[in-house]
Amino acid sequence: MSKQATNWFRFASPQTFYPLAGKLIPVFWVLTAVFGIAGLWLGFFVAPTDATQGEGYRIIFVHVPTSWMSMFIYMVMAGWAAMGLSLNARLSSMMAQALAPTGALMAFLSLWTGAFWGKPMWGTWWVWDARLTSELILFFLYLGFIALQASIDDPRRADKAGAILALVGVVNVPIIYFSVTWWNTLHQGASVSMTKSPTMAATMLWSMLLMALCLWMYAIAVALTRVRAIILEREAHTDWVKKLPEVASEVAA
Amino acid sequence: MNWNSASEFFAMGGYALYVWGSFGACAVAFVVEPLLIRQRHNQILRTLRRQTAAEKLEMDHP
Repeated sequence: MSKQATNWFRFASPQTFYPLAGKLIPVFWVLTAVFGIAGLWLGFFVAPTDATQGEGYRIIFVHVPTSWMSMFIYMVMAGWAAMGLSLNARLSSMMAQALAPTGALMAFLSLWTGAFWGKPMWGTWWVWDARLTSELILFFLYLGFIALQASIDDPRRADKAGAILALVGVVNVPIIYFSVTWWNTLHQGASVSMTKSPTMAATMLWSMLLMALCLWMYAIAVALTRVRAIILEREAHTDWVKKLPEVASEVAA
Repeated sequence: MNWNSASEFFAMGGYALYVWGSFGACAVAFVVEPLLIRQRHNQILRTLRRQTAAEKLEMDHP
C-alpha cells in the first residue's frame, strides 16, 4: 500500500513532473490540431445555415467553447489551489497559477465573441444582463487572482492568499451557469442540456463539442508549458534545476 | 457544401465582421499566448544558464 502511494505521489514533485510535462505537451498539441481542424471543418462546411440567424450563428462554435472553458478552468484552478492549500503541495499551487492566465483569456474571448454576436442579433455589444455580468465578474476574479499572487513576494504566502480568493470565487460559477434560468435575460438558454433532447442540428452540436475538445486540449498544452516555466522560476535555487541539461550545457560567455 | 465561392465564404451572408471578428480574435489569442509562454521559459533558462556559468567561473578562479 505504502509503496504504491509513494510511486503515485512521485509525480507530485516538481523534479519528476518537469520532464514528464515536457513529454506530454506535444501530444496535447497534436490533439488540439486534430479536434480543431475537424471542428472548424464541420462548423463552416457541413453545419447548415441557421433559419433565423443566417451565417451569423457560426460564432457559437467559438463562443460556447470559450465560455465553457472559462468556467471549467476556474473549477480546475480552484481545485488545484484547494489541494495546494490543504496538502501544502507546491506543484498543485503552481498548476493553479499556470491555469489562471489561460482561464482569463477564455473569459475574455467569451465576452468578446459574445459582443460580436450580440451586436448583429440583439443590436447591442453589451447589456448589463445576469449572464453577461456574471461572466464579466469571472474575468475579474481571474485578474484578481493573478494580481494578488503577483503582489505577494513570498510564493508560499501568495499561494495561500490566491487559493482563498479562488475558493471564494467558486460561488460565481453556478451563478453564471444558472443565470439564464434564474433571471429574465436577453441571453438565450443553455445550448446543450443533459435532461432534454438536443434542439440543434446534430452537425452543429458535434462541431461545438469538437471545438470544446480542441480548446480543452489547448488549455492543457498551454498550462503544462506555463507550469514548466513556473517550476524553473520557483525552483531556481535547487540542485536538480542546475543539473538540467538545458541549464548545465552551453555555457555562454 | 454551404458555399459556392470563396468570396461567398468570406462574406458569411453579411455577417463577415462579426464572424471573422470572433474567430480572428480567438486565432490571434491562441497564437500569441503560446509565444509569450515560450518567451517566459527562454527567459528563465537564460537566467539560470548565466547563474551556473557565473558559479562555475567562481569555482575555477577562486
